[in-house]
Amino acid sequence: MADYHWPPTDKCNLIGRRISRLDGPWKSSGRIKYSYDVNRPNMLHGKMVFSPYAHAKVVSIDTSAAEKMPGVKAVEIMTEPGKEVFWEGHEVVAVAAETEEQARDAARAIQVRYEKLPHLVSDAAPDKAGEHTKQLAEQTDGNPDQMLQQAEVVSEGEYGSPVITHCCLEAHGQVAEWDGDELTLYASTQNVSGIPGELAKANIVTSADKVRVLTPVMGGGFGSKFGADTWGLACARLAKKAGRPVKMMLERDQELMAAGARPSMYAKVKVGAKKDGTLVGWQSESWGTGGPDAQGGAPNLPYVVRIPDRRVKHTAVLTNIGPSRAWRAPNHPQMCVITMSALDDLAAKLAMDPVDLLQKNIQMTGQLSKTYSTELDKASELMDWKKKWHPRGDKTPGPIKKGMGVSIHTWGGAGHPSNCNCAIQPDGSVSVSLGSQDLGTGTRTVIGIIAAETMGLPLEAVKVNIGDSKYPADGASGGSTTVGGVSSSTRRAATAALNQLLEKVAPSLSVKPEELEAVDGEIRVKGNPNKAISWKQACAKLGTSPITGVGQRQRGNDDLISSGVGGAQMAEVSVDTETGIVHVDKLVAVQDCGLIIDLKTAESQVYGACIMGVTYSLFEEKLMDEQTGRCLNADLEFYKLAGIDDFGDIVVHMMTGPGFDERGVIGLGEPPVISPGAAISNAVANAIGVRVPTIPLTPDKVLAALEQKGAVA
Amino acid sequence: MERFEYAHPSTKQEVLRLLGSNWNDAAVLAGGTDLLSLMKEYVVTPKRVVNIKSVAGLNGIHSAAEGVTIGALVTMEELLEDKTIRAEYPALTHAAQGITSPQIRAMGTVGGDLCQRPRCWYFRNGYGLLAKDESGKSLVPEGENRYHAILGNTGPAYFVNPSSLAPALIALDAKLLLVGAKGQRELSAADFFVIPKTDNQRENVLQPNEVLSNIVIPASSRGLRSATYEVRHKTALDWPLAAAAVAVKLDGGKVTAAKIVLGHVAPIPWQAHDAAKELTGQPINESVAAKVGEAAVRGARPLSQNGYKVKLATVAVKRALLAAAKGEA
Repeated sequence: MADYHWPPTDKCNLIGRRISRLDGPWKSSGRIKYSYDVNRPNMLHGKMVFSPYAHAKVVSIDTSAAEKMPGVKAVEIMTEPGKEVFWEGHEVVAVAAETEEQARDAARAIQVRYEKLPHLVSDAAPDKAGEHTKQLAEQTDGNPDQMLQQAEVVSEGEYGSPVITHCCLEAHGQVAEWDGDELTLYASTQNVSGIPGELAKANIVTSADKVRVLTPVMGGGFGSKFGADTWGLACARLAKKAGRPVKMMLERDQELMAAGARPSMYAKVKVGAKKDGTLVGWQSESWGTGGPDAQGGAPNLPYVVRIPDRRVKHTAVLTNIGPSRAWRAPNHPQMCVITMSALDDLAAKLAMDPVDLLQKNIQMTGQLSKTYSTELDKASELMDWKKKWHPRGDKTPGPIKKGMGVSIHTWGGAGHPSNCNCAIQPDGSVSVSLGSQDLGTGTRTVIGIIAAETMGLPLEAVKVNIGDSKYPADGASGGSTTVGGVSSSTRRAATAALNQLLEKVAPSLSVKPEELEAVDGEIRVKGNPNKAISWKQACAKLGTSPITGVGQRQRGNDDLISSGVGGAQMAEVSVDTETGIVHVDKLVAVQDCGLIIDLKTAESQVYGACIMGVTYSLFEEKLMDEQTGRCLNADLEFYKLAGIDDFGDIVVHMMTGPGFDERGVIGLGEPPVISPGAAISNAVANAIGVRVPTIPLTPDKVLAALEQKGAVA
Repeated sequence: MERFEYAHPSTKQEVLRLLGSNWNDAAVLAGGTDLLSLMKEYVVTPKRVVNIKSVAGLNGIHSAAEGVTIGALVTMEELLEDKTIRAEYPALTHAAQGITSPQIRAMGTVGGDLCQRPRCWYFRNGYGLLAKDESGKSLVPEGENRYHAILGNTGPAYFVNPSSLAPALIALDAKLLLVGAKGQRELSAADFFVIPKTDNQRENVLQPNEVLSNIVIPASSRGLRSATYEVRHKTALDWPLAAAAVAVKLDGGKVTAAKIVLGHVAPIPWQAHDAAKELTGQPINESVAAKVGEAAVRGARPLSQNGYKVKLATVAVKRALLAAAKGEA
């Protein structure tokens, strides 16, 4: 019988190799359809009316004029009169019409009267925000006061990152289509299996099994697309009222205003060390906003480097900026910027290379300390750190200063619950089916690789069925848990199916099933490769009865997967000290994630994360205007994203081999996006000799920091 | 966008008949890179859109004894690729290079670059060109003004002129030809732009029933050394934070005449006359260029968030001067 445990990597034909994603050609040729591209016969278009105010009460809604307009087929109130709206862009009414233009015109013709209420959109001054703040419990470990007092060197600073958004290339939204009491949703979602239950809960369908969600591919989610969302429910209701399919995708401005924000986080930090660099104490007062609600606990500072004696205090500022949503590694990039910037400033004060400071205190990183240490060495080699690093302030003449920065980060991973059916047909065809989804990460390809490896077949011999809620239920794709879930269930399902086949085949080869193996498109006797039959011949023995193998990843069956990864990143920047313009010349990302199924899509994840990281380090900020309560850059003109020349060389190194592979599969979506902010900010400080306190590292802030430094010097 | 009537005339006379006497009657469509987004955002809602792309006499770059004539419909890409412009008026080529989107260079026109509306986010969000709240108070001075004006900003206008080419054209002494119902008028590129004082005024002198037809760079500018330097946050498509175009006459290594024009720092392209005067009679080197840069922003009055633009403008002038002196792109 075949064993479901992972084969040794040197015995693998597919696992761990660089394999191009299965859906690449389908995407680039337009053959596979994103929700945005779905057009159903007789389809209507939905548009929403949203609040122009950051905080208001809806007094009345008059849809009569809109309902009489040409092409208008259905109207749905999303916020009833008497209820409040809490941000600009808050959904109030939805309307469906024959064309997108008619729907937009109708939305403008809907008269909504508001009573404006006071708003707060700024997170800059928690001390002045009064009732709009929530103090979270102060946490003290050990004796930070005494340790900081005894510290030989103490560094103090203020660091942080603002609210940013997700900027998924594909906006949120869906097409809803009814057939009697059954609903099909072509939704851009990270949670194919979970959406039907949400629609049942909202009483849109009589039971969850009346809903089918289809998401063959999607254009990014990053944590912002877990729910059906108010617009998903409204779209289904519009379609029901009109008796026709309705497509309602968010426009870019709504996307930026209402479809998710990464909370800001700022902190005043005091950190102390002995002269030899041993960290002795930490104290931080942090604050930030995640919109109108204060969800989640206080940040767990310091990040990664667990200084035993610490006091942390956090204030949540409640603002009318739109709701926060999980953003790729929730809270980690923010905590990383604060911690790694503070440690870098301390290193400068100690006149120490920051890599040496991290190595000196590596035991404080806990059980991954050896990984971090190895990764820092590898990153240093790829960056040529020792040769290029200089103490703070590049002394080279001329306005362009170069600098180097480092950061380390961590993430969990593990695996979400996952169910997989693997079918082998008498004609030899193989399929695996899971109600999972591929956010663009390579999930489909990874599933195919595992099934094909298990069967000893080429990748193209396996059909992968995902992105459809009719398949066995799978978890939401969040927290880097997808690859752990689907790889575990797929491996189990494929092994179970294969074992059934081996039992059928064994008598004809006059051996016991456990003496057989599936290799190179054959079922053969172990140690006797000549005694074999082809895969097709083997499957023909099934007669008219296909095989189904079932595989589950449940909480507890963790022998194929693991969690907890470390990563180290180094940035090299050039700063024009006359203009304050920062250019990232090179970013080195060294990352472990256990057993890698597809090296190519794994590396792609890291490249993508680095690009996203450069973008939020240099450009991104959701800009709110306190006077009007509005988001001033709800567009991609002044909400700036990096272009291809804005990031330099990205060097990715995945940690593989002994010590890593045998840990099993661990997710990778989040970890590599955590460190760029800190590494780049530290590189800028190293280049210009002074800290730019917050990201993004914009010219105004860089010049202000230089001016302050000049004033001090 | 609102419904509109679409007209596609082929002669200037037809265009003039189709335009109205109020701005809301009709809008001129050339490349459409600005007009379409303004209409989609309901910032402008013309009853009629007049596409001038098939109108004769608005195309091509023609060299003649009196100078170079650039048709208003010449695209930014055509301008960028033109060898005469590149050789004789590099400041214009540099400015076109700053538009790092091939799509916008392919569609956007020279006339459109000069006539495009400001990018002020209050204006684009529906608060009017003068960015006023319901009570009539300007939102800019106490608001988000990191990209707003540092010069010519005594109010009520605080936006910056968005044109990429205007500073270079003014530095090169270009003339603009406007065709209207009453015939053609010619004015200097500098006189085209104005700082509005009331809600009824616009940022240039163009009338609702007029069209910018051609731009003429006089032969007298032919021997000048010119350059444009833009400070842009992103390498990818982005508006300059500050820019400077310079055109100088060098004789025996010394400047005998100079024009220095700043972009993206004032509601109009900002002519730094005093700085140009200071430069005259001097050689161009690092320290002179730096001093002239300082002179160019004398009188700057930064708002709460845009003090950094003063520094950027000085650097833009310095770098433009050094590039012009070297004759480099």
